[in-house]
This record gives sequence, structure tokens and C-alpha cells, in this order.
Amino acid sequence: MNAALRLQRVRLAIGGRTLIGPLSATVQPGECLTLMGPSGCGKSSLLAWMAGTLDPVFEAEGRVTVGDTDLGPLPPEARRVGILFQDDLLFPHLSVAGNLAFALPAAVRPASERRARIEQALADAGLAGFGERDPATLSGGQRARVALLRTLLAQPRALLLDEPFSKLDAPLRDELRRFVFEHARDSALPTVLVTHDEADAAAAGGALVRLEAT
Amino acid sequence: MAEALHALSASAAVPRARPPWALRLAPALTLAAFVLPIVAGLAGTLLPAFGWLPALGGRELGANAWRALGAAPGFATALRLSLFTGWAATVLSLALALGIVAFVHHRPWARRLGEAMAPMLAMPHSALAIGFAFLILPSGWVARALSPGLTGWELPPDVATVGHASGWPLVAALLLKEVPYLVLMTLAALNQVPARAQVTVARSLGYGPVQAWFAVVLPQVYAQIRLPVYAVLAFSLSVVDVALILGPGNPPTLAVLAVRWFGDPDTRWVFPASAAATLLLAVVAASIALWFGAERVLGRWALVLLQRGVRRRRSAWLGGAATAAGAALLAAALASMGAMALWSLAAQWRWPDALPSAWTFANWQRQAGSLWLPALTTLVVAAASTLISLALVVACLEHESRQRVARPSRSLWLLYLPLLVPQVAFLFGLQVLLVRLGADGRLSAVIWAHLVFVLPYLFLSLADPWRAFDERYTRAALALGASRWRAFWRIKLPLLLRPLLLSCAVAFAVSVGQYLPTLFAGAGRVATLTTEAVTLAGGADRRVIGTWALLQAAFPLAVYWLAAATPRWLFRRRKALA
Repeated sequence: MNAALRLQRVRLAIGGRTLIGPLSATVQPGECLTLMGPSGCGKSSLLAWMAGTLDPVFEAEGRVTVGDTDLGPLPPEARRVGILFQDDLLFPHLSVAGNLAFALPAAVRPASERRARIEQALADAGLAGFGERDPATLSGGQRARVALLRTLLAQPRALLLDEPFSKLDAPLRDELRRFVFEHARDSALPTVLVTHDEADAAAAGGALVRLEAT
Repeated sequence: MAEALHALSASAAVPRARPPWALRLAPALTLAAFVLPIVAGLAGTLLPAFGWLPALGGRELGANAWRALGAAPGFATALRLSLFTGWAATVLSLALALGIVAFVHHRPWARRLGEAMAPMLAMPHSALAIGFAFLILPSGWVARALSPGLTGWELPPDVATVGHASGWPLVAALLLKEVPYLVLMTLAALNQVPARAQVTVARSLGYGPVQAWFAVVLPQVYAQIRLPVYAVLAFSLSVVDVALILGPGNPPTLAVLAVRWFGDPDTRWVFPASAAATLLLAVVAASIALWFGAERVLGRWALVLLQRGVRRRRSAWLGGAATAAGAALLAAALASMGAMALWSLAAQWRWPDALPSAWTFANWQRQAGSLWLPALTTLVVAAASTLISLALVVACLEHESRQRVARPSRSLWLLYLPLLVPQVAFLFGLQVLLVRLGADGRLSAVIWAHLVFVLPYLFLSLADPWRAFDERYTRAALALGASRWRAFWRIKLPLLLRPLLLSCAVAFAVSVGQYLPTLFAGAGRVATLTTEAVTLAGGADRRVIGTWALLQAAFPLAVYWLAAATPRWLFRRRKALA
């Protein structure tokens, strides 16, 4: 079973100026913590720090752990932290199924089993038969769903959402919110969402931390 | 004011007058300037390869030239050597360049690395090869630095390094130039895709940074570096000056063999020489076709591999190793320059001292008398070919931006034509044509031959910044009442000054480095620093060779530095341009 994600006295600064923190929080599996704040307050940088890809111009301190694992010393690829951005960033040289197969761990074998897992994931997402499609031919909502499936198939221990709904049209946004939070709950993943949209926070349904503009 | 704003917002309001005739003529003239000599030259080499060259008594078509080629001593070895050095240099330089970019692209200093490598491209191949020879000779700087302390050598060891039959010194010298070239081309291509964000996603899926780059970014950018890679392959297979300096002497590479026969006092050798040059053209064409096929097969295989989801965490050390090798190459290039400088200033440099024991300017003073004319010729030819190319290229690009036509992508292949066709394969034919026109051996012929190579490089380096220019500046000037002409001279050219000057520096360096075109179009009578340095490189006096090669390298470097410094100084009070 999955473990909780814990932030301990996390502080983010740039040029000696504190942007965020100190911040402490615990996110249980299946729960979602929402960080809300205006653009430029450093909330996306906080996610980048948790994912291990923070730009070195920032200074960060504090600890982020999943269960007993301290993520701090690990490179991004060893953290097993899935992240979704505003852009779906599907790889344009791979088919939909190719994108998903790239994420699926190598331990899932043989090839027939890999195909079955991908078919199943697509079917669950209402995208049955989309495997051989070129991602460029999909609608925005379909692409966003494939991006989430890709993240989940890599079997992460935690999920980070960096305003993944902000580029979608309003009706689509509701649908996708339901889709993402349902999947996060079903996979029992501790989830952190950053957004500036109150409706996102309401849909996430968990704890809410408001960040100030600095 | 309101009128001005209206003109800015409504592009349809801009008068679309027919461009002046000079602009309309530019594309055709530009193409003719560099495609015609190649086509005519290829024909003029192909015909003698099949026996036809009435001026030298060849009036019967047949395969005699090919029989003579096949029977020539050392032919098979020369062909094998060309194939090995060409393919080894290309495969290694591409592997190293991709490894380096995969390793550095996400690091903050990647940009500065690109800037540091750019001047390396300005170095003429032959100067770099001469400096490299100074390093690796049995009595070279490397052996001197290590002896006798580390090696125990009291005398220079009796081994062949320069001219080693394996061809490895030639391959190494080619890497010195080709790795930086491909790194810069790849870094430039990265701007076209969200490379960083996609690598971040792949890393969050569990892939190391180097594997992530190869899996996710390379397949998207390879199409943009394909032509540069083919140019490297064609160049490595057919290079002459570097092979003369560092390659084996007997037999040499196929390209050197052809040049040697073309220059033989016995003119009957022209026929097998033409056959060898034509064969080299076929070798290059077949190699490019084979490479293209290999791309397809490897690409498909890689896609299958990607979908198995195998994470190779330790892939990072491969990138690190490539970067270390790249750093070693950079150090070797700098040391090559240093070795040339030291020799040109050495009064006495005894084995095994690491440095000369006495210094002097006498080498320069003694050489001054013979240096100045080739130096002046080099300058004149480079300046003339650069300026003519600049006028043609600017006219083409300006025509394009005024017509607002979608640029045909096929023209890119044409631009690469001079970089893909081996020089040996058309320069003899061009020389025959020049003799017919009574122009061989004249400065103007040399300038034209240089233009064939200078023009495409200038076009390739200027086209992107020119096309990226925000035409609203021009529209703003027009709306303020300026004429087309005035908007062009007072607004567009100053704003594009930096890329203009840098492209000219690239073009200048290309001209300075030309060896074979100078030799053939000049009929051996026009001497430049490069032709003299390559000729001298076979000699024994390193103080003399060092002087020539250093001056040869100094010219393009100085021009490059000027081109980089001038806009910085001119616009020192303009933050947006500085």
C-alpha cells in the first residue's frame, strides 16, 4: 500500500528573498493537498523542487518524504514522483500506445501483457481503440487524459499536479477534474495540486493552503 | 498617429509593390553562382573518366581510365583507407556530439559551451591539422612534455604517428572540427522543440537524463541535423588538405591519390585521376544512401526498444564520458594552437625540453618577405568572396521576406550541394572550363571558386535570424513615411547587424580555409596562406611551418572576434541589442 507524502519546514527562496514557507504538511494516500496562490508566488517551483527539477537559481530547504524515503538526495528519475503540467507534453514521435508503453515499467512482460495493460488503461479512460492514434490527432481533453494515464502507468508513489486544467475550456475542465481526482483516489496516491483557480481547489476536496504573493 | 497604428495592425494595408528587378533576379543569380560551377565541373570530370578530353588527346569513350585506375599500385588500399577514415570520423563525431549534448543540454552552462566552441569552427582545417601534428609527432609537444621523466625516452621514439598507415591521426584531427560543428548544430535544433520539459517528464517516469534525451528529444531533432551529418560524412570521405598533412603517404587516401595524379607532369594520368574522382563521388553518394538506410532501420528498432520501458539509470556515465572526450578534444585543439605559436617564436627548442630554451621574433622577420603576398591574397580573396556572397544572400532573403512566400524546403538540399559533393569530383572539370574561358590562374577565378563554398555557409548562418526578424519594425518605418529603401538601410540592417557580421565571419573563415579550390582554380599560381602552409607542412623546419599556420589561423579568429565585438561596442548604450 502507498505511504503518505510529508513536507517538513519547506522554504523556497530566490536571491535571499523567501517565496514560500516555512511550510509543513502531511498528505495521506488518496488525499489531495491544494496550494493556491497568484502566479509568480513560487508554487510551481515548489512542485519542481519536490520532483527534483528545480532551477538552481532557487534556494530550497526542508525535507520531502514519501513513507520512509527522503526524496531530497534522489535524482528525479529515482523519486517515482509523477507530475502533470499545463501542457500534456505527449511525445510526438510515439503513438498513444507508444507513449504509454514508454511509461510502463520494464518488469511488465511479455509484450502481450504490456499491450493488454495499455488497452485496459485506455478502455477505463473511455479511449478504447485509441492506441495506434497519433497524439497530434487527439482533442485537448483526450490528450490530457492520455498524459494522466502515462503518469499513472509508471507506478509513481505520489502525484504532483501543476495547474493541469488551466488550458482547457470550462466544460472540459470539470470533466477532466473528476477524471484526474478519481484516478488519484483509486490509485491511493498522495496528491499535491497547485492552482490559482478556486474551482480546482473545491473539486480536489482536500486540505487547502493559501500562498501569499511576495 | 492613428494612421500609423492602423498601418501597423492591418498588414493588408502595406503596399505590396513589385520588388525591384535586382531583387527579383537575386535567387536565380545566387543559384547559378554556385550550382553552375558544380554541374559543369562534374561533367568536366565525368567525361575524362570515360576517356573524353580532346585537349589531352582523349577522343574515344571507353573504360580505359577505369582499367588504369584498377591497375594503379595502392588503389585498393587507398579506397579502403578513405572508407575507414570517412566512416570512423563521422560515426565517432556524431556519437560524441550527441553524447555531449545529452549530457550538457539541461545544465546552465550549455549555452556558454556553445559560445566557446563557435570560434573553433573558424579555425582552418589545415592549420588545426598542422598544430595537431606538432602535438603527436614522435618528437612533438606531448612526447616532450612526458620525456624523459615519464617515458624514459632519451631520444624521440622511432615510430610513425603522423602518417600512420591506420589513418587514426587523420580521424582524430577530423574530430577536432566535426564534434564542435555537430554539437552546435544540435544545440541550435533543440530550440525547435520543448526539449527541457519533455526530458523532465521522461525523468519523472524514471529515465535518467541522458537516456531521456536520446529517447525523447533526439528522434524529434534528428531531421534537422541530418544534412549537417551528411555534410560531415561527405567531407570526411573526401578531405584532401588534412589527409595530406596527417594521412598515410603511400598509398594515401583516394582523394589525395586523385589530386596527386591530376597534378602529375605526365598528363595521361588525368584519365585515371578523373576515374578516381568519379569513384569518390559514387562512394560519397553510396555512403549517404547507406547512412539514410541505417537511420531508418535504427529509428524503427529504437521505437520498439523505447516501448519495452527499460530504464538504464547508468546511461548518464556514457554522456559524461562523451563530454570528457569532448573536453579532451577542445584541449587538444587549444594545445595545437599553442604548439604552433611556440614554434613560431622559438629560437631553440631542444628535445626533450617542454618549452623552447630561447625565444625570438627572427622567424617572423625572416618569413615576412614571403608571407606578405600570400597573406594579402588570402585577405583579398576572402573579403571579395564574402562581400559578393553577402550581397547575393541579402538580396535573396530580402526578396523572400518582401514576397512573403513560403520558402521551398527543397532549396535547402541545393544549398548543401557544395558540402555534399566531394571537391575533387568537380574542381578538375571546373579547371578545364576555366582554361577554356582563359580565366584559370586569375584571382577572379579563385574568388569564384571560393564563392561556391562561401555562399552556402553564409546563407545557412544568416537565413534563420533574417527570417526571425520582426517585420513590424519595417511596417512601422513605412507608416512613418520612410521609403522601402530607407526602412531597409536605417532600420532592418542595423537591427540585424550582429547576425550579419557573424555570418560574414563564418564566410570569411570558410574562404581562408579553402585549399583545393585555390589550387585548382588558381592553376597552382595563386598562393594563399593555406596553400603555402599545406605545402610547407611536408617540410622539416617547424619554426617556418608554425609561422605560416599560426598566421593562417589568426586571420579568421581575428575576424570572428571583430564581428562579435563590433555590435557590442556600437550598441553599448542599447540594452536590448547589446
